[in-house]
Amino acid sequence: MSYAIRVEGLGKQYRLGGSQQAYTTLGERLGAAVTWPVRLLKGQLRDRAETVWALRDVTFDVKQGQVLGVVGRNGAGKSTLLKILSRVTDPTTGFAEINGRVGSLLEVGTGFHPELSGRENIYLNGAVLGMQRREIAKKFDEIVEFAGVDKFIDTAVKHYSSGMYLRLAFSVAAHLEPEILVVDEVLAVGDAEFQRKCLGKMSDVAAAGRTVLFVSHNMSAILRLTEECIVMERGQLAFRAPTREAVDYYMSSSFQKSGERTWAADEVPADAAPFAPVALRVKDPNGDVVETAQSRQPLEIEFEYTLAQPIQGLRVGVYLQSMRGEVILTSFDTDDPAAFEKHGTREAGRYVSRAILPANFLNEGQYLLGVNASAFRVRRYFWDERALAFTVDAMGAPGMHWPEPRQGFVRPQLDWTIDRVGAA
Amino acid sequence: MSSALTKSTKVLIRPQRGVVGLNFRELWNFRELVAFLTWRDILVRYKQTLLGGGWAILQPLLQMLLLNLLFGEVAGLPTGGVPRPLFTFAALLPWNLFSNAVSDASRSLVANRNMITKVYFPRIIVPLANVLSGVLDFAVAFLILVGMMVYYQFAPAAVWLLPVYVLITLLTALGVGLWLAALNVHYRDVKYIIPFLTQFWMLASPIAYEASSIFERLPQQWQWLYALNPLVGVVEGFRQALLGIPVYSQDMLWVSLASASVMLVSGLMYFRSMERTFADVV
Repeated sequence: MSYAIRVEGLGKQYRLGGSQQAYTTLGERLGAAVTWPVRLLKGQLRDRAETVWALRDVTFDVKQGQVLGVVGRNGAGKSTLLKILSRVTDPTTGFAEINGRVGSLLEVGTGFHPELSGRENIYLNGAVLGMQRREIAKKFDEIVEFAGVDKFIDTAVKHYSSGMYLRLAFSVAAHLEPEILVVDEVLAVGDAEFQRKCLGKMSDVAAAGRTVLFVSHNMSAILRLTEECIVMERGQLAFRAPTREAVDYYMSSSFQKSGERTWAADEVPADAAPFAPVALRVKDPNGDVVETAQSRQPLEIEFEYTLAQPIQGLRVGVYLQSMRGEVILTSFDTDDPAAFEKHGTREAGRYVSRAILPANFLNEGQYLLGVNASAFRVRRYFWDERALAFTVDAMGAPGMHWPEPRQGFVRPQLDWTIDRVGAA
Repeated sequence: MSSALTKSTKVLIRPQRGVVGLNFRELWNFRELVAFLTWRDILVRYKQTLLGGGWAILQPLLQMLLLNLLFGEVAGLPTGGVPRPLFTFAALLPWNLFSNAVSDASRSLVANRNMITKVYFPRIIVPLANVLSGVLDFAVAFLILVGMMVYYQFAPAAVWLLPVYVLITLLTALGVGLWLAALNVHYRDVKYIIPFLTQFWMLASPIAYEASSIFERLPQQWQWLYALNPLVGVVEGFRQALLGIPVYSQDMLWVSLASASVMLVSGLMYFRSMERTFADVV
């Protein structure tokens, strides 16, 4: 038996708008029908609820020792799949066969209690994840060291900073040694430094020959850690291929082609006032909003916002980052001293700040745009590190006649000269 | 690697239907988690309180004083010749064990929502740990009773029976707790029912009065109705074992025991049949 996971015809149906979504009030239904007591006990008081298939007829297998990536948009059924494989929820149809001890990381810090100390939580969380006390005791020092919280190990975790909390939580999970590891997006949290550490730990696990099922939106992590991927679309398995191919497929077909991030009023934190972001857009030279920009063409970044009151010394800018959070550049609309002079005070109103990224600048890949509106050393009004993701396509870019991934974030057209300077 | 998850390396995941039995082997494999969650519930119970564990002493004492005032000084109910503090406190022991366990257990699934939606383990562990964690409070209260018995120079009658009654109390609480916990997942109404339920149940149990005073008022053929409340049997049993007050009728003890068994078995069955939807609904 060389399969670690075998899934056949797996499906999961959820009820919408029914008791599975929100709990119901008994009172409304008291006189309903003769079947009431039965439905009550089955929790089906809203029987005319609509149903939706979160997962439908999914069939695939994972070989022992394979690292399989799962990609797909939000709501494509990835999480449902992982929940079924981790036995958190039952499938509606089909079955899954699993050979080996499964460790699932659908979230880090499961079972953590804020009132308990770091030490107590390590034991508790370890037990929740299926470790024996002996096992935890053996790895205790390693866990603490990896998390870097040794000084606070006997402090209640409610006093931890969110970073410390997260590091400790991930550290416990990372020291679980299952034969099959199921991981969901745990890397989407934490600072860049910590994410790197987590990725390192993940590749150790993969290198140790264990089977890993890895769900992520982070394409560079997917590319680094997995050899093969399945792409989920609307609850179904759309595509299975070697990672690079699968990622291409996913990027071209199923990624949300928005190229625009808008902020609803209730998404803006109250302390941002009088500043309020409206939209962040990526545009091509024709002025169309695009999700995928061409490396060969200039790219326009447009940030629209309103000021309810005049702000003095405001600077509005963007961070361009890799999906792993490395900052490639930071730029503000008043970087030019003359512009800063001219816009010393911005009156109340609606504004658009635009910047052009030159052609032949970015390498192919996915990038993240963050935004920042602040007055230097006075106040940071608004800040969103991960406002918008967009893709850069390298079609026609320098070096594309060699079909290989090229390292680096920038892909400029450099002026090369080749001179023959003498005989051999 | 001998971990909770290794014991059966091959797992088949498929839709489950109908009535499912309790998987005792799996529960045994997860015994450490039961211990850890019980330990957590105990640690957390009195965190950030001024009196801490002192509440485990203060609560039953104040309850006893109030009940004695109302039912003794005001109503003047008899106590079978036993000092009233002993009479009431011996009944409060199992009652508090029961009522705390029921109300904690019924909230447990919702309170541990994040665990239930993210990690697999037999769900019954959560309410079970809540029920077990109440035993410490019980032990503390028991020591107070021992002190009181020394003070009143009262020798216990049949202490060896106590563990049996404690077990019955716990199992009944688990049965009721499982029902309410599973219902609470779908209907948060349970949260509002519980204070009402425990109040009602307390009055329906012979905490501040003698069980015989109710039995004697009922026609012979209807006495079993009162004994359907397992707490009637348990409280009578406690008073018999500790204070030597004879039980009203051995038969009625059996009725209570049977009723407790029905609550436990039906609770287990209902919980198991609802278990698979918890993660989707809670």
